[in-house]
Amino acid sequence: MSILTVMMLICVIGAGMLFFIPTAKTVLVKQISLAISILVALIGIYLVGSLDKTQSGMQFVEIRNWIPTFGINYSVGVDGISAVLILMSVLLVPIVLLATWNESENGRWSVRTFQILVLILEVFMIGVFAATDLFLFYVFFEAMLIPVYFLIAGYGSGERAAAAVKFLLYSLFGGLLMLAAIIGTYVIAGNQIGKTFDIEKLSTLQIDQTTQNLLFLGFFLAFAIKAPLWPFHTWLPDAARSATTGTSVLLVGVLDKVGTYGMIKFCLKLFPEASRYFTPWIIGLALVSIIYGAIVAIGQKDIRGLIAFTSISHFGFITMGIFAMTTQGMSGANLYMFNHAFSTAALFLIAGWMIARRKSANIADFGGLQRVTPVMAWSFFIAGLSSLALPGLASFVSEFLVLVGTFTRYPVAAVIGTIGIILAALYILIPVQRALHGQTLKSNENLSDLDIRERVAIAPVILLIILLGLFPKPILDLINPAAKTVITSNGFSDPVSKVKK
Amino acid sequence: MNTSNNLLYLILIPLLSSAILLLLGRKIDRYGHLIGTLASACSFVIAVVEFFAMKSRDVTQRAVTQKLFEWISVGDFKVDATLLLDQLSICFVLLITGVGTLIHIYSIAYMSHDRDRRRFFAYLNLFIAAMLLLVLGDSYLNLYVGWEGVGLASYLLIGFWNQKPEYATAAKKAFVANRIGDFGLSIAVMLMFANFGTVTFSGVANHAESASRSALTAIGLMLLLAACGKSAQFPLQSWLGDAMAGPTPVSALIHAATMVTAGVYLIARSNFIFDVAPTAQMMVMIIGAITLLFGAIVGMAKDDIKKALAASTMSQIGYMILATGLGPVGYAFAIMHLLTHGFFKAGMFLGAGSVMHGMHDEVNMRKYGGIGKFMPLTFVTFGLGYLAIIGVPPFAGFYSKDKIIETALNHEGSAGLIFGSLALIGAAITAFYMSRVMLMTFFGNERWTNRADEPHEAPFLMAAPMVVLALGSICTGFLFTRGESLVNWLRPVVNPAGEQHLVEHYSATSISIAAITAVLIGVAFAAIKYLKQVPNIAPDNVSVFTKFARKDLLQDEFNNAVLVKPGQSLVKTLLNFDYIVIDGLVRLVGALSLDAGQTLRKLQTGYVRSYALLMILGVTALIFTIWLVTL
Repeated sequence: MSILTVMMLICVIGAGMLFFIPTAKTVLVKQISLAISILVALIGIYLVGSLDKTQSGMQFVEIRNWIPTFGINYSVGVDGISAVLILMSVLLVPIVLLATWNESENGRWSVRTFQILVLILEVFMIGVFAATDLFLFYVFFEAMLIPVYFLIAGYGSGERAAAAVKFLLYSLFGGLLMLAAIIGTYVIAGNQIGKTFDIEKLSTLQIDQTTQNLLFLGFFLAFAIKAPLWPFHTWLPDAARSATTGTSVLLVGVLDKVGTYGMIKFCLKLFPEASRYFTPWIIGLALVSIIYGAIVAIGQKDIRGLIAFTSISHFGFITMGIFAMTTQGMSGANLYMFNHAFSTAALFLIAGWMIARRKSANIADFGGLQRVTPVMAWSFFIAGLSSLALPGLASFVSEFLVLVGTFTRYPVAAVIGTIGIILAALYILIPVQRALHGQTLKSNENLSDLDIRERVAIAPVILLIILLGLFPKPILDLINPAAKTVITSNGFSDPVSKVKK
Repeated sequence: MNTSNNLLYLILIPLLSSAILLLLGRKIDRYGHLIGTLASACSFVIAVVEFFAMKSRDVTQRAVTQKLFEWISVGDFKVDATLLLDQLSICFVLLITGVGTLIHIYSIAYMSHDRDRRRFFAYLNLFIAAMLLLVLGDSYLNLYVGWEGVGLASYLLIGFWNQKPEYATAAKKAFVANRIGDFGLSIAVMLMFANFGTVTFSGVANHAESASRSALTAIGLMLLLAACGKSAQFPLQSWLGDAMAGPTPVSALIHAATMVTAGVYLIARSNFIFDVAPTAQMMVMIIGAITLLFGAIVGMAKDDIKKALAASTMSQIGYMILATGLGPVGYAFAIMHLLTHGFFKAGMFLGAGSVMHGMHDEVNMRKYGGIGKFMPLTFVTFGLGYLAIIGVPPFAGFYSKDKIIETALNHEGSAGLIFGSLALIGAAITAFYMSRVMLMTFFGNERWTNRADEPHEAPFLMAAPMVVLALGSICTGFLFTRGESLVNWLRPVVNPAGEQHLVEHYSATSISIAAITAVLIGVAFAAIKYLKQVPNIAPDNVSVFTKFARKDLLQDEFNNAVLVKPGQSLVKTLLNFDYIVIDGLVRLVGALSLDAGQTLRKLQTGYVRSYALLMILGVTALIFTIWLVTL
């Protein structure tokens, strides 16, 4: 049995155990789910630690017949790209559980249900990055919606029901488009190589350009909604404003990455010619996302809306890096996914704590927090600096790799994208000034600083942000071989510097 | 190349100290400032040791490196964290740690009443570490880390008293203006990688000549944009005046002596680009000349002593930038002026701090007057800095500024004459505005109102650094020019071809005479105007010219009209667009589908109807696709 299956099974068993614990024992429930998630995180660290970095193929592979009639298998495996994303997911879950310890208390359903939903979601998150069977991927891809839907609708705030529905409808719509494309691909496979959903085999299909284009669009739209890319983004700010902090972190940190991950693993892999055909359009959309997301972020009054829009800008960078088709762009985009998860998690978590204390998410209601709650203010500031990609912090490496990798092939796009770094300074420093600087408002004078639990939860995130800024090598070493394979198997190679020519 | 294991400690010690001061918090309030000062002093000692070691080595063996670790490696893009200490960077390292330590000492007393003194020292240490990284990085990407690091430290220190909203705004303004410059640096690095396949100084230097002219020009212009942001050069100059919101020692260290001169370092370091990119070089000269006059003109009208000095800094850096545009012979003179300026301007800022300290934080020179006799030491040290900056022989600024004017005038073509003359005019204006500061502060009628509380002299810890810097204002120019010591020292880095002045249109003596004459004219005008009674409120009936200068030649009005206002309306427009158009369409589709689902409502409750509708949609798409693929 693959270690990947083990990780999923542990989560399933954990969720199952919680069923047998009385609802009233909320602390025990929380402790168990935290312990389970930490255990899975440790296995995740072991997973990437024992990955063979010299080869770029799938590792920890497990293939079992599932529905043989249709050629559907339960097959999982990871390369460097998917392993890093799994690591990211399993590291985030315990941090989120610890950081949002009390958030599940005031939901429509019990604390136990909340914890079960999170653990089930973790199963799907691992599965979606581990699946090497297209059908299995689709199942995980759609199944993830269910726990998230209930997490938003049951434990969120404000117009949580409306936001949850909007999220669900949007995702379902994309999912159905993808389903159509999957079936289309399956039909072609049936004609050419026999019934299979095996991604590796599907990538050998000979598909004419028009069909490729249509199938590509089916996948791409689903992923563009998920990521989200402009103009399919409006569900995200609504969801972020209504969901609990923990849900927002998992939503933006992990689920959205499935979109950009899917672009690499399916759009590029299965439809290389179509990818080429659509690249100029996608780079255009990515640029609009970068600039548009940043500008709209500047104007946000709600702190969670702000973080959501900065993410839209960041997903623009990731998408641009992917479609630049250079090793720097590709590795940068993948590292960006990893780094973004932690800097955005930090922002969301701290924003959540600020909101819980102040009972308001309006940036204007804060002010002078640096005086009253220095640790919370500093944590927010450092997370913000990471979001604006300050050199020395993690995001800088990935953002610069994306830009430099794009520049060698599409210099104009890279220059336009670089304007994003100026806008980033504005969308971070304006709320920093409003919320942390200035006179402390009367209403904020008695706010309490982070307690021990909160500090323990946020410290590793901040440490990771700083360490990966200086030593991105461990993660890059994992990503590089797989990223290079994507480039070469799509028939690309890095542009050679002019002097060397 | 030789290696050294000490370079890391230069940076690491102040960095760790900063972390300790921030992490341990109020517990170490009582002695936090001592830790900070000691850390800076340690770096200075290492710098001195490294300097003498370097000096003792043969000219070709002077540079040392230290490879720390592999930082980024993807495909051909390989950047190591490697430090490089050569003849150019050691000048900066000594300046940063030397003046830095003096200013730490000064701040112990200056900030003694501030409840957040420990935090202040943490930021100062952070600045020292970042600035050292800036000048020690062996590649443009390493430099970038220090480059934004000092921007962060500057942001934190300008906003040190950010409970005042306008101070917080000033900090943000500085960071954003710098980011516009960083945009240039980013593009320059990308261009270098695309053209040369490397971003290290030595790699780029080796390949520079083989690149196309247009690529070199583009790199040069982008580097210049970066320099404009960091060094407050036109058109990104507007943040520096507001940056005076920071505590005065910060103005002395960061916004006068070190950080703002990083742009000069960047251009001098990139000499191999600019020497083969004449268009970019011409732009460098133009920007330098514009800024040296811009700053000088603004300096004439400012009543706030710190803002007058800030305008002066901008102008003096304009001189340095102009010098870097003069080609291989210019770089060394730019660095020389940078170093002498580091002494005399830091000294004067500390003097201004001392005056403020004695005058209840008053910064308006119209409320000063006759302070000289109450604060004799401040008066003398400030006065020595004054003599140095206006360029009176034999003080430091005379040598360094004279060399720039001389090199400019002897530059080939009509450009030389034009830029040389502008530099001379700038010298006259400098003499005027600095004499104005001097006279309004230390001479004339006493205009402060609180008679009961006379200005008092600075305590020892503040006085001592002022004295040291004043000594530097006296002798550094002489030391640097004696036997062309600094020029020879820097030659292997900034002028490896050993290029000399070939034509000498004007003799050195005649240029010196012209420069001194310009200075005397400036001083004379100031004396006529400010030796008489100075009104304690700025008069309104002044010329349009003065009004413009008081408003910084309308820089903020211009930026507001061209950038801020349109930017704000763009944000508003897109916010509405996002809600009304994009989300509106989504809501419309949602509403329509819900309407269509009304008929199903009786069967199902909740949101199931939406599922159903989407299923129908999905199946339609599915059938359509299958139909397409089986055509």
